[in-house]
Amino acid sequence: MMRAFTTLAAAVTIGLAGSAWAAEQIEIPEYRWSHEGVYGTIDRAAAQRGLQVFQAVCQSCHGLKYVYFRTLKGIGYDDDQIKALAAEYEIEDGPDEWGEMFYRPARPTDIFPDPFPNEAAARAANGGAYPPDLSVIAKGRPGGLDYIVALQMGYEIEPDGFELADGKYYNAYFPGHQISMPQMLFDEVVEYQDGTEPTMLQHAKDVAAFLWFTAEPHYDTRKEMGVRVVIFLVVLAGLFFGVKRALWRNVKKH
Amino acid sequence: MALYDTQYQNPLIKWIDSRLPIITLMDNEYNKYPMPKNINYLWAFGAISMIMLFVMIATGIFLAMQYVPTTDGAFDSVERIMREVNYGWLLRYVHANGASFFFLAVYFHTFRGLYYGSYKEPRELLWIIGVLILIVMIMTAFTGYVLPWGQMSFWAATVITNLFSAFPLVGDDLVTWIWGGFSVDEPTLNRFFPIHFVLPFVIFGLVFLHVAALHICGSNNPLGIDTKGPQDTVPFNPYATMKDLYAFFVFAVIFAVFVFFAPNYLLHPDNYVPADPLVTPAHIVPEWYFLPFYAILRAIPDKLGGVIAMFGSLVVLFFVPWLDTSKVRSLVFRPLSRLFFWLFVINCFALGWAGAMPAEGIWILVAQVGTAFYFAYFLIVMPVLSRKETPLPLPESISEPVLKSGSPRPKGGGRVRASATASRKEKA
Repeated sequence: MMRAFTTLAAAVTIGLAGSAWAAEQIEIPEYRWSHEGVYGTIDRAAAQRGLQVFQAVCQSCHGLKYVYFRTLKGIGYDDDQIKALAAEYEIEDGPDEWGEMFYRPARPTDIFPDPFPNEAAARAANGGAYPPDLSVIAKGRPGGLDYIVALQMGYEIEPDGFELADGKYYNAYFPGHQISMPQMLFDEVVEYQDGTEPTMLQHAKDVAAFLWFTAEPHYDTRKEMGVRVVIFLVVLAGLFFGVKRALWRNVKKH
Repeated sequence: MALYDTQYQNPLIKWIDSRLPIITLMDNEYNKYPMPKNINYLWAFGAISMIMLFVMIATGIFLAMQYVPTTDGAFDSVERIMREVNYGWLLRYVHANGASFFFLAVYFHTFRGLYYGSYKEPRELLWIIGVLILIVMIMTAFTGYVLPWGQMSFWAATVITNLFSAFPLVGDDLVTWIWGGFSVDEPTLNRFFPIHFVLPFVIFGLVFLHVAALHICGSNNPLGIDTKGPQDTVPFNPYATMKDLYAFFVFAVIFAVFVFFAPNYLLHPDNYVPADPLVTPAHIVPEWYFLPFYAILRAIPDKLGGVIAMFGSLVVLFFVPWLDTSKVRSLVFRPLSRLFFWLFVINCFALGWAGAMPAEGIWILVAQVGTAFYFAYFLIVMPVLSRKETPLPLPESISEPVLKSGSPRPKGGGRVRASATASRKEKA
């Protein structure tokens, strides 16, 4: 319903600015996400599995520099779990009273530490490419989560005649098809704690669900508030309509 | 001691009002102000625009408290607002989508003015102040769009500020002066922030003048004829206030649906990627409310020509009161002009569409034809039709059609030639 509404609203008010691009892009497969729709919420189990995939695979190159460990409460971890989860990371702190920097275990109030000390180091380690921070990537790519999944699933042998540059990989969905990131997801990259079957597609969808949470940590609150606000405004508009009609009824017949 | 002779008896109110008759002023302008009783819901968009201005200022002030106008801090601070600031996501989504809905309301308001001839004598200055508000709004929206310092912010700033380089002789110096350097960089962001903060208050002042000028002439109405007395009007409060509030809350429902359920629909994904001067986005598109102007800019193959056409598309609005010389205000009584008005509206959508598409192939032609029609509407159609078209007979007064048939088609009144001074006849 939402999709129909937004499309209609766009056609009426915007003159179809957004959909104009769709035609020239590669068709990406669409999946159903539990958070879609008016009452949809983030699938916490999927996001937790996605965090597992992120920790096992993505975080060796990609940062999450806007995400505090305490934020993970939003996908169902309790304080102790978050404390333990944070403590697995070492972060640089300081200077101490001797002016020295030191490492300590991360606390819930820390952010996910960046894998590289700076952009130059990241590029040096990745053949010149800079792995983008993933905090808001789900909102920063046309196609959003569907694109993230498609990208993970889109590694192929390059077609005949396609000139692939050194250190690049062919990806059916990446703009220009030459991506510096090698294929990272395969079947059974991680063994899920909740026993879900660890297929490659499952990994990709779970990590996308997690990245939707990192991009919109207040997503569920927003939707819940939205339902109340819209109902409130509809009732209020109805009341004002009644007042207006009662008032103006006398005017026309006057 | 020349104190104002106030009507109020309450000692405190009397004391204030006799020294500063602001309560009498509010009473006259927002309580007793006579509103034509035949206004339709299109008249609510003025009030809706004003409420949206307040919403934008209120959310903007709180966003400004958390925003950091540096190239390193801007994107991070916006994300901090979205994540860590209490209800920061709500403030920002209301503000970002509010810009779209503010423009939506103002565009409805402007087209309503065009359709019912609300720019005609004696409301010329009222219209001119309105066009000024639109121009300041455009400047405010543009500088505001730059602040999150995403990819689209940066490249929009680059494209738009570069336009000034088209001006002969001073162009390059002008651009350097605007940038505060030799590219869009921290000094540019530093100055855009205070400009974006201050301009809404300029709009606020202009809105005050807009309302002051309106209340001298009185409001226009769908028939476009002058009010003849109390039988044609209702007091602003409660009649217009309740009607406007009803309309606003219906508007607010749609606004809320966007804010809470599709807050990023009107935004561009590229603006969630931090600004990078070394990477140009594949397509640089402005927000929807700038698309027709963007199409006009790109329609002219010459850079200076495009810039002049784009600015000209706004400047031409100032002259509308003198381009349309017909004494009949409302297009209800001018069928041919009405037809061209709707063609003009369709043309604006076509321009918007062309502005959203890459400037190639058929879209260049659409933009060029659209641009030609845009200017022809004001510079040719309006003056010619106001001389040639014979308007339908006008009703004697607002009360008459409302009383007799409820339709704007009058029974008497006689044919009025375009050259005849309809408004003066009515007064007689």
